[in-house]
Amino acid sequence: MICVVIKPLTGNYAVAWAVKLGRVRVVSAYPITPQTTIVEKISEFVEKGEMDARIIRVESEHSALAAVYGAASGGVRAFTATSSHGLMYMSEMLWWVAGARVPLVMAIVTRTMGPPWNIWTDHSDFLSQRDTGWLMMFAEHNQEVLDSIIQLFKITEDPRVFLPGMVALDAFILSHTTEPVDIPGQSLVDSFLPERRQPYVFRAGEPITMGNIPSNLKEHMKMRWDIHKSLEAAKKVIAEVDQEWSKLTGRSYGGLIDCYRCSDAKYFIVGAGAWVGDMREATELLRSEGYEVGLIKMRYVRPFPSEELASVLRNAKGVVVFDRAVSPGSAGPMYLDVVTHLTEQNVRVPIKNVLAGLAGVDVTYEDIAGIVKSFINELESKGAISRYIEWYFG
Amino acid sequence: MAPISIKELPRKKYVLPGNPSCPGCPETLGLRYIGMALGDRVILVVPAGCTAVIEGLAPGCSISLPVINVPFASADAVAAGIAAAKEVLGEDAVVVVWAGDGATADIGFATLSGAAERGDNIIHICVDNEAYMNTGIQRSSLTPYGAWTTTTWTGKKERKKELPLIMLMHKIPYVATASVGYPTDFIEKLRRAASIKGFKYIHLHAPCPTGWRFDPSQTVEIAKLAVETGMWILFEAINGKVRISPFSIPYKDRSKRKPVKEYIKLQGRFRALSDEELKKIESMIDDAWNTLLKFT
Repeated sequence: MICVVIKPLTGNYAVAWAVKLGRVRVVSAYPITPQTTIVEKISEFVEKGEMDARIIRVESEHSALAAVYGAASGGVRAFTATSSHGLMYMSEMLWWVAGARVPLVMAIVTRTMGPPWNIWTDHSDFLSQRDTGWLMMFAEHNQEVLDSIIQLFKITEDPRVFLPGMVALDAFILSHTTEPVDIPGQSLVDSFLPERRQPYVFRAGEPITMGNIPSNLKEHMKMRWDIHKSLEAAKKVIAEVDQEWSKLTGRSYGGLIDCYRCSDAKYFIVGAGAWVGDMREATELLRSEGYEVGLIKMRYVRPFPSEELASVLRNAKGVVVFDRAVSPGSAGPMYLDVVTHLTEQNVRVPIKNVLAGLAGVDVTYEDIAGIVKSFINELESKGAISRYIEWYFG
Repeated sequence: MAPISIKELPRKKYVLPGNPSCPGCPETLGLRYIGMALGDRVILVVPAGCTAVIEGLAPGCSISLPVINVPFASADAVAAGIAAAKEVLGEDAVVVVWAGDGATADIGFATLSGAAERGDNIIHICVDNEAYMNTGIQRSSLTPYGAWTTTTWTGKKERKKELPLIMLMHKIPYVATASVGYPTDFIEKLRRAASIKGFKYIHLHAPCPTGWRFDPSQTVEIAKLAVETGMWILFEAINGKVRISPFSIPYKDRSKRKPVKEYIKLQGRFRALSDEELKKIESMIDDAWNTLLKFT
């Protein structure tokens, strides 16, 4: 029997439920606000006997990712979670896990980097890890958090992918905010998730080696190329898995991107994470005032949805990319990707970058609508925009 | 356990000849003894260090055990994860961390201490060649007082960290010291460690001809002199109870120890040692023995 339970869950508890339903066998994490309640909840599941897993209560985030890397290399599904400084401390291990091609899932509760100490959301932590070779996706709400983590177990363990993946959820806006969440039944998730698959397993008596010095540097370069190819191949897998999940639960997220009111839109908002919810309301507000605006929600940033974005934006008149992070001296990380990939796809359209909401500064749907309105008005009255990269402090 | 006879040890080679280690390398000796002691039960976790080179170039590998190379400060945590996975899957394995003095006492120390405190079911072997040899002989916290390295040109001014005692104070079920000069002692300790559940620590003294500046033919001789002069004390502690190992028992008696100069004079790294510094080393030896014997 397939049963569905709707429960009020915080984003962090949605993560914990997904990990339980995914039958993860080894969990390791180090507490950091606002991630902490994820592992607290998992510990409760395990200690109450509701989840059959081992928890390794490590002394640092570096060790947390190292421990789950070891467990995953040893042949079991493993999970960790962190935020901000914790992610930076792990960074070395992120490269190692991706390079070793070990499927593994991690939740990142996005939080501003210090100094000064700041626990509120922005995306600097998450996006700074974009070169490591992990699959990276943003969730907009708590249901998507739960669904995406379950999906990611399947995507990362697909032989066409065999790479680790991480899900971003915004600090407090999702992590500590309660929303109604459909918790799928265990039998549904069991029917969706196959047994653990991975490229190799470390076992006593089977001499294999991982990571020793390459005899041929071109082979090493090819390993990076192969990660790139697998991320490209993951696009198809992500779409397939989204379809499959939709058949089982009725919930589809569109795969790599999700479009809102795009079909007749001339101008587009591009964003990722929890504030996409505000962007939806901004889109409604602008529509009510006669602006032909659509919204593209970036679910995946790695692999980057190049073709998907191009097909929506091919005839666009203007695009505003909202970044909740910045590469100082350059621009917002997502903007850089959007511009690069639209150029590669031969789409020519004015694209503005708005750097907003960094350090957890609140951005309302009225703010977003106002920014987009000025962009459209300027473009329509002057035929061009004066500044392509703009900081918005509210 | 009955005393080990070399004749009874397995003849299978776990470290292949022709590997890229330096002549006289103590690490290849130690790795061979791991194979002899525990054979196919081992999964070896290797952080950055000379062994990453000794393995040779991928896709080949000179060590015929499963070897997972890992970042410097991560070894014990990776090992803990592997051990947890094997336990979950019900597979038999002895997960062994093979780490140098840097990966144990310095950059890897928090990870080591964390795993020890948690009681992760692994064996950590610190293969101690008393400096960062793989990067070119820089001082570590386990470099002895007075030794030249490429970052201590006039000799190290600080003492060697007492890591085995620090591990003893973690109250783990098994702590031992060993030396590449005493294979049967090391093999016996490895087998005992593998029979105990929880975190086991073995500190293996590993004289390095390249870094210590001695003739590659003298690795074992120097390893033995370290024990015979009392510079290196072989002991074992099961559940915190320290027992001096048979090869070191005679040197409890100060008068039985060879003069430390016999050990020092063979090594170029101590070339510039003054008489005063030598005296200081002698007093450090007495100090180390006195401290250790308090735990027996």
